[in-house]
Amino acid sequence: MIFLEQVIAILWKDVRYELRSKQMWTGMGLFALLVLVIFNFAFDLRVDNKAAVAPGALWVAFVFASLLGLGRTIAAEREIGSMDRLLLCPVDRKAIYLAKLLGNMLFIGVVEIVALPIFAALFNVPLFVGALLPIVLLSTLGIAAVGTLFSAMAAATRARELLLPILVFPLIVPIVIGAVRATGTLLAPAVNEPPWLGLIAAFDVIFLTVSMLTFEYVIEE
Amino acid sequence: MRNFAHLGTNNGEEYGRGDPASSMVFLEVKGLKKSFGLKPVLRSIDLTLSGGERVALLGANGAGKTTLLRILVGLTKPSAGSACIDGLDIVQDAQQVRHLVGFVAHQPYLYDELTALENLYFFGKMYTVKNIQERASLLLDKVGLEKSARERVAVLSRGQVQRLSLARALLHSPHHLLLDEPDTGLDQKGRDLVEALLAEHTAHGGTILFTTHQLERALQLSDSIIMLNKGRIVFQQKTVNLELDKVQRTYQEAMVS
Repeated sequence: MIFLEQVIAILWKDVRYELRSKQMWTGMGLFALLVLVIFNFAFDLRVDNKAAVAPGALWVAFVFASLLGLGRTIAAEREIGSMDRLLLCPVDRKAIYLAKLLGNMLFIGVVEIVALPIFAALFNVPLFVGALLPIVLLSTLGIAAVGTLFSAMAAATRARELLLPILVFPLIVPIVIGAVRATGTLLAPAVNEPPWLGLIAAFDVIFLTVSMLTFEYVIEE
Repeated sequence: MRNFAHLGTNNGEEYGRGDPASSMVFLEVKGLKKSFGLKPVLRSIDLTLSGGERVALLGANGAGKTTLLRILVGLTKPSAGSACIDGLDIVQDAQQVRHLVGFVAHQPYLYDELTALENLYFFGKMYTVKNIQERASLLLDKVGLEKSARERVAVLSRGQVQRLSLARALLHSPHHLLLDEPDTGLDQKGRDLVEALLAEHTAHGGTILFTTHQLERALQLSDSIIMLNKGRIVFQQKTVNLELDKVQRTYQEAMVS
């Protein structure tokens, strides 16, 4: 019970902080939109190749925007008076991880909610909200799970903006592939497709477990 | 269990093994060493302090004062040696030790975009403080910030932030206070207020270990003085009958050596 209360308190603090500083949401949202617009201009989107290009463009926008936000949450803790504020408290380090993870998911989720209708309009594709929701939710969880752990690691270094993508991109490749292919099958249904959603869920479980267990060692000196 | 009712919360039931009443020794440090890379910062510190004391830690910049305090609150791991607070090992029992200790550092450890009250509520949740609303109001009143309760920390003055930082450190009614230059940024009124709060803390059995560069202030506020130089304790004495001249001479000699 105390664990959950502490998770909620850290999450509440992060959300309130972001609502007042407005650093992350604005930057992430604008970045995602710009990527979608650039892809829209860069590709010749005829009806026959739309289903092949659009999912990739959508997930590249989401992944890039996510990394911008992921780098900020823990880096902000370190910059403005350091992570010591939280580490000084007798709070379970898993609670800190879980709160940061939920915060990251929330920040990424808001950007996705804003970007999805714009994506549908720019690429002239249907949204399939009901079917797309589990894909977006599970993929965001996987990206945030890895990203939260590695942003804590990268935040302690000087070159964190450079280091974070280098650390995170290789690990989230399976999730991105799964998300792109699963989104692709919504636009152009195909037979004999592997269970992409199941694959993403499996990676989520692995990433979440490993991250929860190792976060304490990453965050402490 | 000591009576900490004056500080308004009842976290005492969580202290268990760390009950200071069961041990008169507040702090026991044995062969404590810390190096950053190849640079030794603390070189085999041995130290025993009794509960209920006010102890001043003196030393020049880089002497190891802040590192010692950070190790004692569990923010930095020692390279070698051990330290126990109220019988609890600071590494093995770090979470329990954090309940026992309040820490004021150079940085205020507050969130700029949250108000003074929101900061105290947040840290109250982290320390599982009961009746946090009453407790936060009481402490804001004590540190003279009741009128700034709903102002964001970002707009408070340096002195007000320092007072709020002290309120944060007292929030969970810690047995022991570790203060890294608590007078930083405070005007005379603020310093008097800190002095009164510290006197109240020790009057109820609490222990205070603080660092300062002001020798006169150290003599005025402490029961004993410890001097650190290049990571070693070079002087340790009770302040009763200790004169400022002697402290100054010893300090100068220690710094020259």
